[in-house]
Order: sequence, then structure tokens, then C-alpha cells
Amino acid sequence: MSLTATDWRNLSLSALALLAAACLPWVVGNYHLTIGVTIAMYAVLATSWALFSGPTHYISLATAAFFGVGAYVTGIGLQHLPYWVLLPLAGLIGAVMAALVGLATLRLSGVYFVIFTLGLAEFVRQIITWGQNVSGTKGLYVLTSITERDIYWQLLGLAALVWALGWLIGRSRLGFALRIIGDDETVAKHSGINTARAKILLFMVPGAVAAITGAVLAPRYVYIEPALAFTPMLSFQVVIMALLGGTGRLWGPLVGVIPFTFLWEAISISFPNQTTLLLGVAFLLIVYFLPRGFVGLIEDARRRMGSEGAR
Amino acid sequence: MTEVVLSLRGVTKRFGGLVAVNGMDFDVAEHQVMGLIGPNGSGKSTTLNLISGAFPVSAGRISLRGTPITHLPAQDIARRGISRTFQLVRLLPSMTVQDNVMAGAVFGHRRRWGHEAEGIAQTMLEKVGLGGRGHLRVGQLTYIDTKRVELARALAGEPRVLLLDEWLAGLNPTELETGINLIRALRDEGRTIILVEHVMDAIRSLCDTCVVMAAGSKIAEGTPDQVLSDPAVIRAYLGDDDA
Ligand SMILES: Nc1ncnc2c1ncn2[C@@H]1O[C@H](COP(=O)(O)OP(=O)(O)OP(=O)(O)O)[C@@H](O)[C@H]1O
Ligand SMILES: [Mg+2]
Repeated sequence: MSLTATDWRNLSLSALALLAAACLPWVVGNYHLTIGVTIAMYAVLATSWALFSGPTHYISLATAAFFGVGAYVTGIGLQHLPYWVLLPLAGLIGAVMAALVGLATLRLSGVYFVIFTLGLAEFVRQIITWGQNVSGTKGLYVLTSITERDIYWQLLGLAALVWALGWLIGRSRLGFALRIIGDDETVAKHSGINTARAKILLFMVPGAVAAITGAVLAPRYVYIEPALAFTPMLSFQVVIMALLGGTGRLWGPLVGVIPFTFLWEAISISFPNQTTLLLGVAFLLIVYFLPRGFVGLIEDARRRMGSEGAR
Repeated sequence: MTEVVLSLRGVTKRFGGLVAVNGMDFDVAEHQVMGLIGPNGSGKSTTLNLISGAFPVSAGRISLRGTPITHLPAQDIARRGISRTFQLVRLLPSMTVQDNVMAGAVFGHRRRWGHEAEGIAQTMLEKVGLGGRGHLRVGQLTYIDTKRVELARALAGEPRVLLLDEWLAGLNPTELETGINLIRALRDEGRTIILVEHVMDAIRSLCDTCVVMAAGSKIAEGTPDQVLSDPAVIRAYLGDDDA
């Protein structure tokens, strides 16, 4: 596997951008650092979501399920294990969960998959609520000395990992298989691709990543309860941001996450009671007017400029 | 005596009450082009679908070089060396011509990767007459060129048996001649092919043997001249307005 000049340029640019982002806590105040954490969190979630859902067109609404489980791994695990063990443990549990969901659903059509993944978060939430009722506890305190800065840096590290992984997958057999499956699953099968295995393998990536993200963010909440950790809003927001940016490129979701986070801040302050409605409207607008997201707009503009230059 | 590559014994497919393929028996020998012909709806495509594992057989056995493949999933059959095209052309719409063909090279029988796969894709594109057009999007192609891409993808898997489902259908007279020459070139390379076809000229000039189907069953088998003069075959075709 050899790297071209363009690869090196993109790699160095990405490294520089990450480095610059890592300096944020020294430059801005607490409020903006909070927004920075939100952006980093959604960048991680949306990018890993798009790794699977982009090529396969399977819309997963399971993000909250994995995220919530990750948060609970930290919440429950802190009393027994060192914090640094909890993150990979959450990833492992998320990956196994994703594999099981994949085994149960990915042979079915896309519609089943959407509904099943949405139900999954609710299902896990109910189990944990039931467990709490049986044991007589309510929420869970997550008390650590981890600061907002630490969380931010951890998320940046995770983002770097997700991008590196996405880049590798994009150049791999698995990535090529997924693109073929997304185009025509019948052709994929008859070309010799084990479509079920490819889909399950790749679905484990957002599963693991969302669980790790939940584990990283748990200390931020201090007190976690099922309704908070498994909120379906999280799953929908991840889908909307990824689609807004565009799933055709690795950097696409990030381009959606940044403006959407600011817009969402403004909306939540001005219309705190209409957020769900506005989220729905945003979804419709994006799907209708920007089917390929900002990535599509940018690439169309580039192509137009390119063809003018050629003339 | 040439070696039998593919053999079907009593292969049957029922769709509910309809018996689409009824106890099919035939052998395909190595380096042979076998024509699978018959009126519309006689079960030719279904037979190819059963061989390639598109859906499970209801009864019977299929084997590739003596190894049973009857109940294998489609991807395993492709990996063992059976490639196919589809009656209604299926390309990968978001990809270039080159990547469409790469799909066969990367995941087919020989599973190549990197430069090796690119090389195979290139060779196959040249073979089907699309050399130098690998960068095109498939949406920009003419109908015959989409068929060429699909054929190149099947060839790129370096299969032991090639299944072509009416690859010549829908071509105009000039294209038809080009198409027949292309398949003849494949035959001359010594490939093993099952050719589902309605075009009689193609059947006469390309096939070593023919199996004729009517209403799901085999009604004749032999050289093209033998089967096309067989009264049972003529009756089957005359009962059908396609003849
Ligand atoms: N998936 C399916 N479900 C139900 N019936 C089917 C299915 N596929 C084929 N059939 C039926 O099986 C019979 C044989 O169809 P098949 O497509 O194999 O015919 P064919 O010989 O390829 O015809 P043509 O020359 O028109 O392509 C037809 O009656 C068809 O309607
Ligand atoms: Mg047919």
C-alpha cells in the first residue's frame, strides 16, 4: 500500500487541524469549550455512523443504545475498575451488541433495520430501568476528577482514531465490498462477496465507537439515568448531522456537525419547547434539498469550476 | 474424453404451485459452449439462478467438477468459479466502469487485489472492447456498452464456468454481429459457457451442444442442428409467438 502525494498532503493537513483543535482549551473560555466538546462528540458519532450507513444506505438509529450502554459501563464500572480499562471495555461491549443486532437484522431489508435499531435503544433503556427498580436504585452518580478539558482531548483522540480507521477501511477490500453492496446487493453476492459478514463487521465500528463515546462522556453528566443516557434525540441528531454534511466523504459528517451544533445551540435557547419539531423539519429540509449534503454541493461546485477551466 | 465441469441432476424449482424447473439433467464439458434455449417462461433464467445460487433449489443436485454446490450461498458459488450476467443488465451505478469490473476481479474466483486486480480489470475491458474507457461513469454508456461492462465483470472473476443470460438480447443488427464475434472469441479461448439465448443465428454459430427447455422440462438435447430440426422443439416454439 503506497501513499500518493495527495495522501500525504491530506494526512498532514488533518494532523495540523487536529493539533490546532487540541489547543482550543487554552484559547477559549468554559462556554466555548463546552461547545467544543459537543462538536467533538458529534463529529465522532456522525463520522463513525457514516462509515457504515454511508455506503450501505442502512439508516441506523441505534446510536443512543450504544452510547447509553457505554455511559453505564463507566457509571457502574468506576466502582470496580480503573477508568482507562472502561473505555476499551465499553468498545468491546458496543461491538458485540452491534454484531448481535447485525446478525438479527442485516439479512432483512433496510426498513426492518431502521425500526429495529430505534427499538433497541428503548429496549435497553427498559431493561436498565427494570434493573434499577429491582435493586431499588434510581440514577447513578459518576464522580471523578475528570475535567471538561480531559473529555475534550479524549474525544479528539477518538476522532483521530475514527478518521484513521475510516481511511483504512476506504482503501480496503471491506470498504470496496460495502460500496458494492450499497449499489446492488444482488451483484455483490454474485460477485463473491459475503454480504452479511461485511455488513456486520462494519456495523461493529459505529457500535464500538458510540459506546466508547458514552463511556467518555459519562463523567460530564455526574448523574446518569436511563432517560438521559438513552435519549432517542441523540440518534436522530447524529443522522441529521451526517446527512447534512454528506456521507460520501470521510470529512463530510464533520462539515455538517459544526454548523448544526451552533444552529442547535441557538434554537435550544430561543425555542426550548419546540426542539423536537424543529429537528424533524431540519431532517425533511436536508433530505429534500440537500440529498448529498454539503459534500454534494462542494463537489458540484468543484466540478463546475473544473470543467470551466478545461474549456 | 473431456472433463465434465458442471452437472445438474434432477434439479427442480417450485414457486408455490408453479414448477418453473422440472427435473433438469445435463452436463457441461470443459471448453464447451452449451446453449440453453426454449420459449419465453420455459425456465432458462431460473435454471441459471439455481446454478448461481440466487435462490435455493427445491430438489436435485448441482456439482462443479464433482463437488456438490447445491446448497451453497451465491457468494460461495461465485468464489468457486461460476460467474454470471443478468438478463436485465445490473451495473453498479455509483461507480466507474473500471470499478464495476474490479468488483469481479477482487471478489471472484481468484480474489485479486491492488495492481493485480487493476491489471485484470484492464485486460477484461480491452477484451470486451472497452479499453481506455474505464474512467467513465456507467450512466454515460450506451446499451451495448453496459452489456460489455457486465461481461467484463463476470470475466474478471476468472471463472471456470460463465453463465450468460440473453447477453445478445436487445442489440441492433450491427451490434449483434459484434456481440456474436465477442462471444466467439471467448469460446476460442477455451472458456466453458452456458448461453441462454433466443437469437437462432447465435445459437447455430456459437454452441457446441444445446439443451432445449419447455415448461420447465428438458425436451431435447444435442447439437444445434439436431435440436433445431427436432419436431418436439419445433412444436414447442410454434406454440409460442416468440418463434
Ligand atoms: N422469483 C420467481 N417467483 C415466482 N415465479 C417465478 C420467479 N422467477 C421465475 N418465475 C416463473 O418461472 C417461470 C420460468 O421463468 P424464467 O424466467 O426462468 O423463464 P425464461 O425461460 O428465462 O424466460 P424468458 O425467455 O422470458 O427470459 C415463469 O413462469 C416465471 O413467471
Ligand atoms: Mg430469462
